[in-house]
Amino acid sequence: MSGPLLRVEDLHIALKTEAATYNAVEKVSFEIGRGEAFGLVGESGCGKSITALSVMGLLRRPLSLSGGRIILDNEEIQDASVAEWRRLRGKRIAMIFQEPMTALNPLSPVGRQIAEMFVLHQGANWNEAMDRAEDALRQVQVPSPERRIKDFPHQLSGGMRQRVMIAIALACSPELLIADEPTTALDVTVQAEIIDLMAELCAAKGTAILMISHDLGLVANMCRRVAVMYAGRIVEQQDADAIFAAPRHPYTQGLINSLPRLGERSRRGRQRLQEITGVVPSIAGYPSGCRFNPRCAAVTDICRSVSPEITPLPADGLVRCHHHG
Amino acid sequence: MAEPLLKLDDLAVHFQVGSALAGGVKTLKAVDGVTLDVKAGECLGLVGESGCGKSTLALAIMGLVPPTRGRLALEGHDIKTVDRMATARTVQMVFQDPYASLNPRQTVRRTLADPLRIHGITDKAEVESRVADMMAKVGLRAEQADRYPHEFSGGQRQRIGIARALILKPKLVICDEPVSALDVSIRAQIINLLLDLKDEMGLSYIMISHDLGVVEHVSDRVAVMYLGRIVERGSWQEIFEDPRHPYTRALIAAIPDPFHRAAVTAKAKAKGEIASALNPPSGCHFHPRCPLKADRCVTEVPLLEAVSEGHVAACHFRDALPT
Amino acid sequence: MKLKGGSSLWIGGVLVGIAVAAAIAAPIIQLTDPVLDANLMNAEIPPGADFPFGTDAQGRDIYSRIVHGARISLTVGIVSQICNSLIGVTLGLTAGYWGGWWDDLVSGLTNLMLAIPSLVFALAIMAILGPGLFSLVIALGLTSWSYSCRIARAQVLSLKSQGYVQAARILGYGDLRIMFTQVLPNILGPLIVIATLGMGGAILSEAALSFLGLGIRPPYPSWGSMLSEARDQITTAPWLSVFPGLAIFLTVLGLNLLGDGLRDILDPQSTTRRA
Repeated sequence: MSGPLLRVEDLHIALKTEAATYNAVEKVSFEIGRGEAFGLVGESGCGKSITALSVMGLLRRPLSLSGGRIILDNEEIQDASVAEWRRLRGKRIAMIFQEPMTALNPLSPVGRQIAEMFVLHQGANWNEAMDRAEDALRQVQVPSPERRIKDFPHQLSGGMRQRVMIAIALACSPELLIADEPTTALDVTVQAEIIDLMAELCAAKGTAILMISHDLGLVANMCRRVAVMYAGRIVEQQDADAIFAAPRHPYTQGLINSLPRLGERSRRGRQRLQEITGVVPSIAGYPSGCRFNPRCAAVTDICRSVSPEITPLPADGLVRCHHHG
Repeated sequence: MAEPLLKLDDLAVHFQVGSALAGGVKTLKAVDGVTLDVKAGECLGLVGESGCGKSTLALAIMGLVPPTRGRLALEGHDIKTVDRMATARTVQMVFQDPYASLNPRQTVRRTLADPLRIHGITDKAEVESRVADMMAKVGLRAEQADRYPHEFSGGQRQRIGIARALILKPKLVICDEPVSALDVSIRAQIINLLLDLKDEMGLSYIMISHDLGVVEHVSDRVAVMYLGRIVERGSWQEIFEDPRHPYTRALIAAIPDPFHRAAVTAKAKAKGEIASALNPPSGCHFHPRCPLKADRCVTEVPLLEAVSEGHVAACHFRDALPT
Repeated sequence: MKLKGGSSLWIGGVLVGIAVAAAIAAPIIQLTDPVLDANLMNAEIPPGADFPFGTDAQGRDIYSRIVHGARISLTVGIVSQICNSLIGVTLGLTAGYWGGWWDDLVSGLTNLMLAIPSLVFALAIMAILGPGLFSLVIALGLTSWSYSCRIARAQVLSLKSQGYVQAARILGYGDLRIMFTQVLPNILGPLIVIATLGMGGAILSEAALSFLGLGIRPPYPSWGSMLSEARDQITTAPWLSVFPGLAIFLTVLGLNLLGDGLRDILDPQSTTRRA
């Protein structure tokens, strides 16, 4: 085997409205190795979720892929047909969503929804598939799975539903699991358990993870490498440790310094939080040059006119800033 | 000693849910015996996860749901005897969702001016100047007064929500998850704004949040709720540096700390899921998830007892927790 | 650029606009007096140059009767639907907002009204009050408020838990002020749509009642009574029924299209007033 599991090259995603066409995602490139956990961090509207959807082949109007390549295991998949995508999804690439209640079929028992994966992708018969579904529920640590397989989604708590989603996603031991804000709708103590479970199971099955979240701390805890997106572009990508120790892009620095951190007040007393001024730009109003420039403290003339190119950093890192350093 | 601004004494809010025909009526003990006070000028952090009753507690303090039991006193007066309008001038609230909490058909000016008029300020010039003053305080420009909510971003809407809560110059403001619906890069602006306004206007806050980082940053004292009861209460240092309830410890352990990765000990983490408030576990509500569970916890309800002056915890093992 | 609200709003607006204009301008655009100019010499003349829509058995010009009929049909449709909306919205708003026994009472009443066909109910009222424009408006204005009531109540229930309604209560707004300044403006969209659709319904009911002989008394023209009178000549003089039928059809269609179009533009997000 050679090369990374997933390579996204110069991805562009267009948003077509009646008035104009916008680049919702621009020049996005990253690689995920086999079994590696990779994090994509950003705020709502930065393009992280649609990047994930494009890897699943799930972009729908008004969004469309307008450039770039998506390479899964040395094979270009961005132009795959509907039938080819159907074979990829679930079997080789799986996804879990933020709100499991909307992703599960409310009228079907959860055991059946898991079993369906074995029937659909591995040609198992229903009896055998139901047995394996029970095993899968046991793997995601749902208590008394023999009773739970008959439950409907609304009978389960949020955390249990997300466990079921993980069981469905990992049923066919996919090579890549895309997790889009998998714990945002959950309580903090439950969130910690779900994250641990996901990491454990993926490590056991050798599944790589593309984790999408707005929570840099959460992503950094789970992933080896992290990319930060802002307004449709990746602005920085580094090892998780390095990104906290030495963030290079002003936006990343702002994100890390602007949030109150547990224990910080005990150590240093109450410090005024460092604000990132201004508002998140809307897609119709992306500024020219560096898209962060109206909110950046270190802005200079070049930032307003010239879009910064990528500067490589050690250990496969990169930053997109004129004044990184 | 001066009366505390707000005093809750064994406050309970129970709801009847279900119907006699389908499955029978059950009692939901959303808030079940909460004793708490807020002093003038202080910020009380109220921490808990879904179903712990913190939002119901807020509604009860605002007089929007009637308490089933217990006493609620504002500046020493039982809230039942205080006029609704007077309560409105004393306690106000900032909501979580800045999108649902502003009337889409009202301009900022109307949203801020109407409450003043209702409270008897009829002089046009005075209303105008107080609206303008409030807008400036929360960082909105004067020319934005005649815009509608959908023309603002989430952070700006939350500023309008804060302005609305403060326009009557209340003494106590309940902030119900004021930043959790906002973009990450906007949150610091709103937290700083809330802290600035607290100093400037001499406000007291009840800061309801599940984000411990935010609570630690802003609070003077902290109360932790689990399934309708307070399980631990103390100063912010006591709660965050020396937590004495296993649930508080689990909450703290659950926060990913990127600077001290893998520092979390598995021992402190809670197991399993939060029970339903409709059918809470016997004894200590937390026992099914607790790493220290003993027989006593299943049968005997732990009371809030003092760990030290001003620090109380409802755990049978509050003095014997491993450190 | 695309028309705001789409083509349904515009087609509906034009159809309703023509009807309203005809009703207002009836005395000017009439060719003959719709009641007095009976002339048996001209009886049952097919549409032609002198009488564009033909004449009836009494020799009255159908066109003139239709433009005058618009006055009665539209008055009945609009006034009775305003009554319905006022009753329905008031009951629905208060029932949804206050809840409790009042809500039970209003909901029970609504279900009762829905269970009795409103036309039968209107018939009963007409039987008591006797025929005539005033009793028509009363009969139709009291009998089909249940839809507005239900819609208003359901909308209030979903809005009641919104932050801004709670905030208003916390700020000390009175119940009526909350209902009229916070809730009502935000549920107006669907209610206006229901009201326009209801006007169409009321025009049809008026036609039905008049057709049954309980509406407007001859010789005064309403579209329904014209249809009723044309019943016997439907094979020998079809224009007697075709033109009033067409007037009803186009007006009701116009009102329905208008209602659909209004639904789109009454969304607050689309009425941007960016400064």
